[in-house]
Amino acid sequence: MDFQIAAILFQDGVLTGAVYTMLALGFVLVFTTTRIIFASYGDLIAFSALTLHALQKGALPGTVYLLMVLAVLATVLEVVSALKQGTARRIPGILVIWLVLPILPATAALMVGGMILPAWISLVLTIALVVPIAPLLYRIIFQPIETASTLTLLIVAVVLHYAIAGLALLFFGPEGIRTAPLFRGTWDLLGFQMQAQLVVVVVTAIILATALAVFFSKTMTGKALRATAYNRDGARLVGISTRASGSVAFALAGIIAAIVGILVSSNITVYYDSGLMIGLKGFVGAVVGGFISYPVAAVGSLVVGLVESYASFFSSEYKEVIVFLSIIPVVLFRWLGARHEPEEEEEETA
Amino acid sequence: MTIADQEPIKMDARASSYMAVTGVAIAVLLALPLFLTSFNILLLNMVGIFAMATLGLVLLTGSGGVTSFAQAAFMGLGAYTSAYVTLRLGLSPWLGLAAALALVFVVTMAIGYVTLHLGGHYLPITTLAWAVAIHMLFGTLDGLGAHSGIGGLPPISIAGVAMDRPERAFYMIWVTLILFLFAASNLLRSRQGRAIAALRGGSLLAEALGISAFRTRMMLFVLAGELACVGGWLFAHTQNFISPSSFDLTNGLNILLMSVLGGVGSVLGALVGAGAVMVGRNLIQDVLPMLALDAGSLEIVVFGAIFIVLVQYSPKGLSPLLSRWLPPRPAPALPDIKHDEVLRFGRAKEHNDDAVILSVDGLEKRFGGLVAVKDLSFDVHRGTIHALIGPNGAGKSTTFDMISGLQSPTSGTVQFNGTVVTHTPARNMIARGMARTFQHVRIRPQMTLLDNVMQGAHWRLTSGFWAGILRLDRAEEAAYRKTALLALKAVGLADQALVEAGTLSLGQQRQLEIARALAADPEILLLDEPAAGLRTGEKAELAALLSRLREAGMTILLVEHDMDFVMGLVDRIVVLDFGQHLAEGLPDEIRQNSKVQEAYLGGLD
Repeated sequence: MDFQIAAILFQDGVLTGAVYTMLALGFVLVFTTTRIIFASYGDLIAFSALTLHALQKGALPGTVYLLMVLAVLATVLEVVSALKQGTARRIPGILVIWLVLPILPATAALMVGGMILPAWISLVLTIALVVPIAPLLYRIIFQPIETASTLTLLIVAVVLHYAIAGLALLFFGPEGIRTAPLFRGTWDLLGFQMQAQLVVVVVTAIILATALAVFFSKTMTGKALRATAYNRDGARLVGISTRASGSVAFALAGIIAAIVGILVSSNITVYYDSGLMIGLKGFVGAVVGGFISYPVAAVGSLVVGLVESYASFFSSEYKEVIVFLSIIPVVLFRWLGARHEPEEEEEETA
Repeated sequence: MTIADQEPIKMDARASSYMAVTGVAIAVLLALPLFLTSFNILLLNMVGIFAMATLGLVLLTGSGGVTSFAQAAFMGLGAYTSAYVTLRLGLSPWLGLAAALALVFVVTMAIGYVTLHLGGHYLPITTLAWAVAIHMLFGTLDGLGAHSGIGGLPPISIAGVAMDRPERAFYMIWVTLILFLFAASNLLRSRQGRAIAALRGGSLLAEALGISAFRTRMMLFVLAGELACVGGWLFAHTQNFISPSSFDLTNGLNILLMSVLGGVGSVLGALVGAGAVMVGRNLIQDVLPMLALDAGSLEIVVFGAIFIVLVQYSPKGLSPLLSRWLPPRPAPALPDIKHDEVLRFGRAKEHNDDAVILSVDGLEKRFGGLVAVKDLSFDVHRGTIHALIGPNGAGKSTTFDMISGLQSPTSGTVQFNGTVVTHTPARNMIARGMARTFQHVRIRPQMTLLDNVMQGAHWRLTSGFWAGILRLDRAEEAAYRKTALLALKAVGLADQALVEAGTLSLGQQRQLEIARALAADPEILLLDEPAAGLRTGEKAELAALLSRLREAGMTILLVEHDMDFVMGLVDRIVVLDFGQHLAEGLPDEIRQNSKVQEAYLGGLD
């Protein structure tokens, strides 16, 4: 490998790493607030890419139907629970948030169905169609079992992945897709040829990370999320709704997924079931970061991206294995540095 | 008729209905091949094979509190090792099994050694990596078909009969599975089973009971791998064909979701989970075309929806629903104890003097710049009750943790019975004669009082893994059930010995913790805020209990907030403030001490 190739691989690695960084942010965000290891997170990315591709072709993405079904289900659940609690006056608000808001982009997509849209409208529509899916899934699937064990939550997320991937197969078919690149060409930076796409992805990752940091440190909602992550019972005691925190966390994760999906769709071929692998690698990044710290997760993801890039050069067949095995040294390192004193975890309750 | 008269009759009735239900279930199961088509028998064979791998997970997760993505990979190791031995070396499948078990043993030991020290999420995450890696490895085995797999594996022969037809394989698989289920159930009821239960929710309790959390988790991880390995071996030699895709991450995840759907709380969950997932998916595939739907892509969607609804309905899996209707496996009857029979304190009684039993000298603990405890020294004499008091944050609990070995002091020494135990780990302290209770009660709410107390006697029992599985531990168990019952009697809970501990009031749970500590035959009891959260009446009962224990020769060191409780009970008090030794003396001296009054009341004199 000469310097030229190493540099190209490095760029590639940074690009992949930036994507995983954004994913890891979403993973950590969802996990710390809800204890859910959101294994189906990658599916949202696949859906975002596939939706954009369908819109670019002038086809109606199946996302529209998924969104409508989920919105109706969530609305029914919310209305039933409002009636049970005797708070029927909440129903108009419920209808706006859980029914009207998600149905709006779906209706828009139905109206423009079959037209070739300007690029930016496709982008906005893709984001508007994909983002609501995340909080809707939380409401329908995870909120009813929010107190279940971490393992149960993880497995439900895994099963959800199978189901969503199955729907994606139904909606988009088995062929892999690749969208037209949003940004072509290269920029010259200090004598290096930088792909425009790389710059866009890295800048987006930085903007997202900064926005999240500001959100968590400056806004009341952000602080409520941090409080939920730190101590669920404590948060509840001071009047923070852990359910609302969960919805917000999923909505934020949905925004990240929609953006990542758009960004990667021109770089890698996305299939209906690509979600699991993409998601798992974001997960590896989060693991490398110890799953609790955002900055460390970001660095971890960058490392995973670089490892994947160089691994695919040396042995494309084993690149996945190498990425996953990169967990091992991290675990070994943690082991060597660990305080060998008994740990305290959540006690089982009756 | 009194309640005492009714008890044995009820037990026998329960025992016989358990036997009847189990017998009928097994008979029906074994008669199934007579009625089923070959296709359905093959399906059930798969259920049985996957139930074995799932059983490993149920034990690992439900009892040990950790989980693994690598069960399918270990199935694959079993299958591929045996394929190599039979096809390449031309040896019998039985030798293949031996080689497979040995290989999986080594691999699980190695993986476990590195990751199980870390606890928490590291094991599942690492197994994810290994699951992917091991699966990829199979694809590179050119001698064994690489990616396309390899066929022609010989059937297993038992006593000269080849298990080559589906119904023969059925009996081989299901008899093995039934034996495994009973063995697992035996294991969970044995000394090792109680050690496993102690691990739930962290290793603090286990370590305090003298149980190595690491070794127990290691045993479970290896066991889970071996169960999967046997499943993989049966898979290979009943299908006659294996390929890497049978053992990929997706199948690892499938086994995990079987365990969650079945429920990790009972061994039956393995059977229920594997059955529900495999038979259910088959039914969905049959039903969808009838509804004129495309089975190919919708099957997984429908399955996913049903799975999620079921888990929402019963988050602990399907087996708890089932066990509502099934009679539980009866526990052995309570041992008889005579009216005047009391718990004997072997070790506490041995020395009948008032020598120093525990000596703390210049103890110091720093957390970075924070000094939690500074230059603390005091002695505890045999047969006395000694209290450590002080305002919140005075360093009482840290001192306690250093004495009991949960934390290592930065400097200073702890001497117990004349031996320096400063850096002795917590799990070795119970055998040396030090037993403790916890400020936040750590009991196992779903276990009976008797089993909770039996955990305290763990270090005194010797039965290992095999003794538990084969029930060779019955004599020892019986003896210590009696000890445990007497310990319960000592704290006044003997009449509730077979009640689930979770139903007790907080006061009774604290008494239960003391009974568990007593079952360890300690010389000193360390009680961490034993009166916290108790009602006045309960406090009086507790004080009376501790006085009785002192009269019987027990030494007690307690940390407490409640001054009234302490003043009327203890022999000597050490007052801590900001990690420092503030005062020491008899209760009356402490009451008069102006420094203590200032620390507690902020100088309002």
